[in-house]
Amino acid sequence: MYCNKKPEKPDTKKELWQKINDLARANSLWVTAYGTGCGAIELRPLHTSRFDMERFGIAMRPTPRQADVLIISGYLATKTLKRVIRVYEQMQDPKYIVALGSCTINGGMYFDSYNTLNVLDRYLPVDVYVMGCMPRPEAIIDGFSLLMKKIKDGRAKGWIHYRENLEFYRENQKEIISNWDLPDYNW
Amino acid sequence: MFTNILSIVLTIFGALCWGLLLGGITRTIRARIHGRIGPRVTQNFIDTWKLFRKKSSIHHGGMFWMAPMFRITGAICVLLMVPIVVGQSINYNMSFAGDIFLLIYIMFFGCLGMALGAGNSGHPYSVIAVSRGLAQMSSYELSFSAAVIVLAVGLGTFRIEGIVEAQQAGITSWNIFRFPFASAAALLAFLPMQMAYPFSIVLAPQEIPIGPPTEYSSRFLSLMFSGRAIFGVAKVLLFVNLFFGGASSWWSLLLKTLLLYMYPVVVSSVFPIFITETSIRFLWFVPTALALVDLVRLMV
Repeated sequence: MYCNKKPEKPDTKKELWQKINDLARANSLWVTAYGTGCGAIELRPLHTSRFDMERFGIAMRPTPRQADVLIISGYLATKTLKRVIRVYEQMQDPKYIVALGSCTINGGMYFDSYNTLNVLDRYLPVDVYVMGCMPRPEAIIDGFSLLMKKIKDGRAKGWIHYRENLEFYRENQKEIISNWDLPDYNW
Repeated sequence: MFTNILSIVLTIFGALCWGLLLGGITRTIRARIHGRIGPRVTQNFIDTWKLFRKKSSIHHGGMFWMAPMFRITGAICVLLMVPIVVGQSINYNMSFAGDIFLLIYIMFFGCLGMALGAGNSGHPYSVIAVSRGLAQMSSYELSFSAAVIVLAVGLGTFRIEGIVEAQQAGITSWNIFRFPFASAAALLAFLPMQMAYPFSIVLAPQEIPIGPPTEYSSRFLSLMFSGRAIFGVAKVLLFVNLFFGGASSWWSLLLKTLLLYMYPVVVSSVFPIFITETSIRFLWFVPTALALVDLVRLMV
């Protein structure tokens, strides 16, 4: 069940009650429960009593439809990219991407691997990078704090950038995915 | 006319706020049981507002759009048919002879609408959850209806206000003491009504994550959250009226609804989940048998 219509450019006019909306968005981040790489193991402790991410209003959702944040948890294999694109495009606006680990920034220890993407920003709009190999749960919480701050300040606009520059992203994505069989934009 | 409309709007708004707050308290209690700090008690307000302001571009058909409306309409109808504070004229109440029958139907109505919408979304998890939910609903309705029949036979009325008025002579006149087995049956049926463990086979996070609302997002989900909050309060109010003597003041209303709302939360925190067959078999036999004990006691 796809929608082949290209996404419209978002209306960047000020929303009604913009400040309140941004405050609510920052304090209620729902994360897609989808681990793309080894960093997913560092997300588990965040649920536990030691780190407890629910106190910041962060919760896991098992469906991309209800999620606000997609975490690229470590290296992103070329095979996984297709699924990640589909998950990201099924999420509803506004949506954010947090990238974990050095692999998402420059390939990290997989910089010369044939099946790992080196610079994630060329394929998806990343809002926050969290450094480390792998970043500890404290670092991930710090990354979330930064994302919350960006949302409150109205600076987390990766999703608008993605829509406005879809051709650029599609070109790069199609370079990696040779058997491209997705529609133009699958909502 | 104007006063009635104002009263209805205030009742719905009050139930929504109280339901969302109770949901927040529930999340905090669960977190404390886990040894966590947990979210703010106002977290459900924030989540609902965020969802309301989120954009949506999902389309799965007309029924998919209408389901949250069905859900919230059912919840509001149940709320308006239940007396809120005994003898209080501020609250508009659609009470009439035999309203308990309509109420049992209306309680089913919202869930049925939701089932149609979730089925229309085409997601396999939604369909599995809907079939489970409808099967379970038919099971707990049997025991709940049996308990209501015991009250009606014992008190000689099918009107909720009549049942509440019959309990105003003191704590010993509460139906939970006069009809203990029927009350136990209804309180057992209350657990699956609130989707509490061990009967949480509809949402079943470990098997069919989220269940019916898998494809729902944004305003639709916000409406469903609001509907669930109102419905939760309405069901608790109904049980307070049927078995706990109704509420004689606003303070007693808040206290009774809070305590009764927390009963499935506490049970939920210490039980694992039943499989579908076990849940349905249990609800068919145990609470129904309990209600029948009281019915036989009345007949003899």
